[in-house]
Amino acid sequence: MSAGASPRPANAVPPRAIGLQVAHLSKSFGSLKALDDVSIEVPAGSFHALLGENGAGKSTLVKCIMGYHRPDKGQLLVDGRKVRIDNPREARAAGIGMVYQNFILVPSLTAAENLMIARGDGPAIINWGRERAQLAAFLDRMPFRVPLDTPVALMAAGEKQKLEILKQLYLDLRFLILDEPTSVLTPGEADEILGLVRELTTRGEITVLMITHKFREVQAFADSVTVLRRGRFAGSGRASELSVEAMVKLMIGDTPLQARSARLDHSDMPVAFEIAGVSADNSDGSSAIEAIDLKLHAGEIVGIAGVSGNGQSALVEVLTGQRPLRAGRLLAQGQDYLPTRAAMARHRIFGLPEEPLKNATVAKMSVAENIALRTFDKPPIAALKWWLRPGPLRRQARELIARYRIKTPSTETPVANLSGGNVQRTVLARELSGDVGVLIVANPCAGLDFASVAEIRAQIMDQRNRGAAVLLVSEDLDEILELADRVAVMSGGRITYVAQLAETDRATIGNYMAGHTH
Amino acid sequence: MDPATSSAILTVFFAMIGGAIRVSTPFLFVSLGECLTERSGRINLGLEGTLVLGAMTAYAISYQSGSPWLGVGAAGIAGLCLGALHATLCRLPKVNDIAVGIALMIFGTGLAFFFGKPYIQPTAPRLSSIPLGWWSDSPQVQSALQINPLFIVGIGLAVLLWWGFRNTRWGLIVRTTGDSEDTARALGIPVGLVRLAATAAGGFLAGVGGAFLSLYYPGSWNEGLSSGQGLMAVALVIFARWNPVRCLYAALLFGAAGALGPSLQAVGITQGYYFFNAAPYILTLLLMIGSAGSKKALRDVPGELMVTR
Repeated sequence: MSAGASPRPANAVPPRAIGLQVAHLSKSFGSLKALDDVSIEVPAGSFHALLGENGAGKSTLVKCIMGYHRPDKGQLLVDGRKVRIDNPREARAAGIGMVYQNFILVPSLTAAENLMIARGDGPAIINWGRERAQLAAFLDRMPFRVPLDTPVALMAAGEKQKLEILKQLYLDLRFLILDEPTSVLTPGEADEILGLVRELTTRGEITVLMITHKFREVQAFADSVTVLRRGRFAGSGRASELSVEAMVKLMIGDTPLQARSARLDHSDMPVAFEIAGVSADNSDGSSAIEAIDLKLHAGEIVGIAGVSGNGQSALVEVLTGQRPLRAGRLLAQGQDYLPTRAAMARHRIFGLPEEPLKNATVAKMSVAENIALRTFDKPPIAALKWWLRPGPLRRQARELIARYRIKTPSTETPVANLSGGNVQRTVLARELSGDVGVLIVANPCAGLDFASVAEIRAQIMDQRNRGAAVLLVSEDLDEILELADRVAVMSGGRITYVAQLAETDRATIGNYMAGHTH
Repeated sequence: MDPATSSAILTVFFAMIGGAIRVSTPFLFVSLGECLTERSGRINLGLEGTLVLGAMTAYAISYQSGSPWLGVGAAGIAGLCLGALHATLCRLPKVNDIAVGIALMIFGTGLAFFFGKPYIQPTAPRLSSIPLGWWSDSPQVQSALQINPLFIVGIGLAVLLWWGFRNTRWGLIVRTTGDSEDTARALGIPVGLVRLAATAAGGFLAGVGGAFLSLYYPGSWNEGLSSGQGLMAVALVIFARWNPVRCLYAALLFGAAGALGPSLQAVGITQGYYFFNAAPYILTLLLMIGSAGSKKALRDVPGELMVTR
């Protein structure tokens, strides 16, 4: 069972989907029970969704199926036959393939070259004429196609996703595991691709197991759904029969959520921060953002929606001083603003960048030191302008650790040792505990569990209500719809749409996110 | 223009063409080897040491056996061993390929000096050349077109590598490994093995380049033989943006620059002799400044080539 699967000749009968059954699977890592007696049945030709919070065991489960982990107990059955899968190669031989969130594509190779290299058993000397004819014949049987000669690096996320799915079919894999397949797509692209996948399952060509956290996708495309919670089976059912409320309940169990603070009505507040005609470049010289104009009023959350990679990170980097401007100016309270430490302190500008461990903390420094990154050069921590007094530093840390409920063994633990949610809380404690004038937030809840998400959103709303101007960049449209007063859409490095949230809707925003302007 | 000046210009011109052909061969072999290694995602700075060790080995074996081609083969194998050593060391956890490269550069040169002492005096049989200038009456043309078979092999190799990167499974595997290690692993490509093969093959080519130095031009073994050509060839790969055919052009350009000093001296211009002799080094500097920082070059860098890993 170690040979790679090879593509069938183009004229063969379309192969049939395979069914998979997971029976009483358990897997522990040390004392942590990642999976506890989980059973799932996915019949051939069905579209099954796997729901669960972070850490619920979804990835452990699929890694056991793919042969990255060996389960402690339980077994896998493919089409009713017991199989043993010890590594990804054997999964492939059994006809099981996985589309990962970070695509397994080689950026500098073209689509055709990527398909060829994925085969693994290609000819030593490639006769491109013949191979291309075969690829074309293969694509003719597919409901969608991709440009074969474009290097993957130049493809849009949706095209890469299509290529990944095509690659699985090309390799004759008939059971596909999709890991949050729409996280990098526009709503339009997401619907298109899931619709195509759905079509392939109804045609009986493939079986799909999709990891997701988007209830809308489950209801629109899946046949059935299984929910995991803390490594255990929490429930399952037909997607058409489970309501969103029922699924949420299965996912989070009975953990109480922090109530969202009410939205205070501000009107006629002054402009706190202005982005005026700002352009900036990528490191390879191409334009990242072009002529961005945006005013942030005090007491307002402006949400920036957009599919990732449309210049949002560049904009945040410009605002936090990580990337130089090519043109334009930034104004804080009407004055020219350069993101220096002194100016940030003067205008009370704070930020929660994405990937906080990388962008907002010094990973190897202690929690206490990370919390003091804004205040270590001011009294009471700094004495005589140069001496760092450990006493007040630790006192500040202890106070904020308690207030923001950061779970850490001690104030001296390196921040890298904390979990993602607690790293984000550490940054929140540092950035939000003072008097905030302007807050720049990017994907604050990415990768966090439900409880942390609710708490962090409440904190952001609280800052708004206390009069801070908030810029919220998020790839999660639901987050923007929940928090923002105004929404702006970025597409192709520009702001293509700005509207009061009350005067717009999901479909309009989705259209602008997809780059359609009307 | 008087006839003397024009004939002098002609002399310099032909000398530079001849130089481009003669001097470029080691550049070409080392840069093709480095190109192959870097395309697989590793930098081997040790090729300077490989070049010197190759030169010494080739000379010694040619002297002992009487066959210069046996010397070329032995030089290649010496280079292959150094390349394999580099790749093996780099497979150990937390080992930096640049640091290993510098160590092997010193190791290779030191080894060559140690074993090469007895071969500085004797004269070994040298590689013969093919007189491709037979059709011309001009002795300048004839001398410029004395071409060594290794040069022709090098051109063939450049084209073959360029073709192979696109049209063979091995080419795709090397490019995949160099562009994204994670992807390569997910595709079941044995990353370490591919890099071992690419680095060893790169070392082989650099060793052959060294054989050219001691067995053809300048054509003797001494300790100052390479004078940093191996290092310049590594720089040249960046200038050629990891394209084997562009490596060929770049090698010719460097060869011509290297011939500038001697050919000017030959026509009696002695002013600035050392300056013109330094032409290849100055060219290296200028090209590095001009091309390494350019945004276009950045786009062609194999994804796995990072200085900090």
